[in-house]
Amino acid sequence: MTERHEHVNYLNANYGIRSWLLTTDHKRIAILYLVSITLFFFIGGAMAVLFRLELLTPQSDLVTLDTYNKLFTMHGIMMVFFFLIPSIPAVLGNFLVPMMIGAKDLAFPKINLLSWYIFIAGGALTLYAVIAGGVDTGWTFYTPLSTGFLNTHVITAAVGIFISGFSSILTGLNFIVTIHRMRAPGLTWFRMPLFVWAHYATSIIQILGTPVIAITLLLVGAERLFHVGVFDPNLGGDPVLFQHMFWFYSHPAVYIMILPGMGVISEIVPCFSRKRIFGYSFIAFSSIAIAVFGFLVWGHHMFTAGMSVYAAMVFSILSFLVAIPSAVKVFNWTATMYKGSISYRTPMLYAFGFIGLFTIGGLTGLFLASLGVDVHVHDTYFIIAHFHYIMVGGMVMAYLGGIHFWWPKITGRMYPEGWAKLSALIIFVGFNLTFFPQFILGYMGMPRRYGAYAPEFQVLNVMSTAGASILGIGYLLPMIYLTWSMRYGQRAGDNPFGATGLEWQTASPPPTHNFEHPPIVHSEAYDYEHVEEMPVVG
Amino acid sequence: MLQSIPFLPPEASTHATQVDLLFLFISSVVVFFSSLIAILVIVFAIRYRRSTHRKATQIEGSLALEIGWTVIPLGITMIIFVWGTVLFFGLNRPPAQSMEIYGVGKQWMWKFEHMDGQREINELHVPVGRDVKIILASQDVIHSFFVPAFRVKSDVIPGRYTYAWFRATKTGRYHLFCSQYCGTMHSGMVGEVIVMEPADYEQWLAGGPTEGSLAQNGEKLFQQLACNTCHRSDAAARGPNLAAVFGSTVTLNDGRKVTADENYIRESILNPQAKVVQGFQPIMPTFQGQVSEEGLLQLVEYVKSLKSQQAMPNDNRNPATVSPSEATTPKAKVPSK
Repeated sequence: MTERHEHVNYLNANYGIRSWLLTTDHKRIAILYLVSITLFFFIGGAMAVLFRLELLTPQSDLVTLDTYNKLFTMHGIMMVFFFLIPSIPAVLGNFLVPMMIGAKDLAFPKINLLSWYIFIAGGALTLYAVIAGGVDTGWTFYTPLSTGFLNTHVITAAVGIFISGFSSILTGLNFIVTIHRMRAPGLTWFRMPLFVWAHYATSIIQILGTPVIAITLLLVGAERLFHVGVFDPNLGGDPVLFQHMFWFYSHPAVYIMILPGMGVISEIVPCFSRKRIFGYSFIAFSSIAIAVFGFLVWGHHMFTAGMSVYAAMVFSILSFLVAIPSAVKVFNWTATMYKGSISYRTPMLYAFGFIGLFTIGGLTGLFLASLGVDVHVHDTYFIIAHFHYIMVGGMVMAYLGGIHFWWPKITGRMYPEGWAKLSALIIFVGFNLTFFPQFILGYMGMPRRYGAYAPEFQVLNVMSTAGASILGIGYLLPMIYLTWSMRYGQRAGDNPFGATGLEWQTASPPPTHNFEHPPIVHSEAYDYEHVEEMPVVG
Repeated sequence: MLQSIPFLPPEASTHATQVDLLFLFISSVVVFFSSLIAILVIVFAIRYRRSTHRKATQIEGSLALEIGWTVIPLGITMIIFVWGTVLFFGLNRPPAQSMEIYGVGKQWMWKFEHMDGQREINELHVPVGRDVKIILASQDVIHSFFVPAFRVKSDVIPGRYTYAWFRATKTGRYHLFCSQYCGTMHSGMVGEVIVMEPADYEQWLAGGPTEGSLAQNGEKLFQQLACNTCHRSDAAARGPNLAAVFGSTVTLNDGRKVTADENYIRESILNPQAKVVQGFQPIMPTFQGQVSEEGLLQLVEYVKSLKSQQAMPNDNRNPATVSPSEATTPKAKVPSK
């Protein structure tokens, strides 16, 4: 392996705080996002630790009910809007989409930087709302509770989310234009890595969905401040209208969170199986199908809100249909491993975890799409367990898998394999211990958002809290060893995993303009037959 | 039978058993497919682990498999869809002869009012083996009426009535939860449903002090608010005669036909201009803010009590003389339509 001390790359091209804060390099902006969303993740996580501790006992004792309500509200807001939605697209997508298609940057580098500033402005405002006293609407802001009955910093938090939405829109716009206009010669649509397809589908949702939540939050603000009757029945409004508008964005937003994760898994599984992916076009089109169907299922959040039985029937059948493309992906990833040559590196361990947990998360959606059962489990811990299996078991697993997979590319250093495998295992165990008991709690009837609960629910809650502490350790470990590896990690070669994909054909870390010579693509994606595996390092 | 399964909450309604059956069916599908995936992943990971003497076999894909794993899950989900929808339709169609109880949710308590006027807070007494329909109203924010033992949940939404119904099958005390986050004391908005033998229930009903039946109180309110100056059966009526109006189809002045249900009556009190009956002027003032949710429920119940073949009183009779039995005797002729 050649020494790369003198090699000029995007990290050492220039120094100083200005060179970072005014950068238009998509790779540096990705790092800016990485640092900011890690901060938000640990703030949101700390809140989860606090309310899990409160839930050790049935009584409300550690914190007051008011504080409890603020904790789960801010946990939801931080995790959904400031970690999950930007996580893979803004960090890995930003870094990799241009590299994977052989471009030297995104189509609009300055807009990319602007989107980070917008994100930070929104995040700072929301953080201010937390410090100034918090919000207790629940991350869902249901009316008329949020518009007429609470004296907390609702407007500040809503404006923070409103602002950060524009960051999401701009990132989506940037990706779509980049993918259409800047692919390397020879890189046809069906030669693109599935990671890029997933980001294309995600971007469509970001552009079409985000304006609706923006409008909804503005209306909440207008009703609170000026008593414009939109949602409050005392002012002539309709509280259920809010739920329709909120979920018209927030259900597709679930796919903003999970689709990029699916893209990551579609890269990792072929690489560590040394095989081309099974059913490429089915995986690609299933992403688009999810993006389209995902817009038509929002009503399944309102089956108990007095909806007409016929409307409920339509939303139910569509919710079943949206499950099919996800199932297709899981089957294809599994089939990719068949007759492969599988190695158990850390990213692959995360991919195993993703496939298992996402499958459980997806399949438990069948209970919720089914009208008869949903009525019973709606707004209970069953829902909490279900979406954490998707969001944390699926999405965060994929995010960490992706961070490890591309860490050598991003930093030029290997992560420590032993520590990384250990923490992947800890996260898997901690996750299941935290969230599996919640399925049972939910079916037993424990409602969500309860700071105090009936005594028969205690045993399962104690298990869940124990799991959460293990999970917390599992998340702190990568934070520590990845930081350590930036200085002390073994130097990575250009392509330490022997992966296909244009990003691996340039130096690690890549030069500012990504490629010394603009690449030309001659083959399909995942052409693992013709890529020799590098000797294992790290 | 299902009761022997650990972690299932008590099954105390006819509906609960049906939900549990579907739940177990879906659970078996979930367990089957997640085990299938888990076993395949583990078997492949071990069987095809990296070794020096074997290279990966490249496989492009398989149309037959893709079709198979699209169509088979689709078929299974459609079974679940139909089954779940049938249950939901049942849950949304209370039997016609259900016993009705009114419930009001407010931050942070449940109030129930029985037809004979018994009121209770955070407790709901019902007889076993009878269809019971709860008509729900909210005084402030959205709440949700959730009885896990019955597998029944219905949001309680300000500005309209929603319904929940069940037929309890076992006597006992069961949790009643508010399951829609409603502010600070959300987790304190809990109560109990007490299922009693019918005889015990009758005794309980007779026991508490009451201030007249719901309909009687509604009639008093009807006169206090001077509704009867316009809503009357004689020629001087400026508003529609309300006798037998409940459950009938009403033609509006824009030609629409609506069914006069609880929500229609509620809306006509609070927002009279929304649906004006054909042949009448939109002159009725709103009573928004003048009647509490409980008062509205009493008025609604009074209008409901004016069943067919009977009419409303024309004059200001002393309301104290009205008894529930009188409410079913004709007092005046129904004007021909």
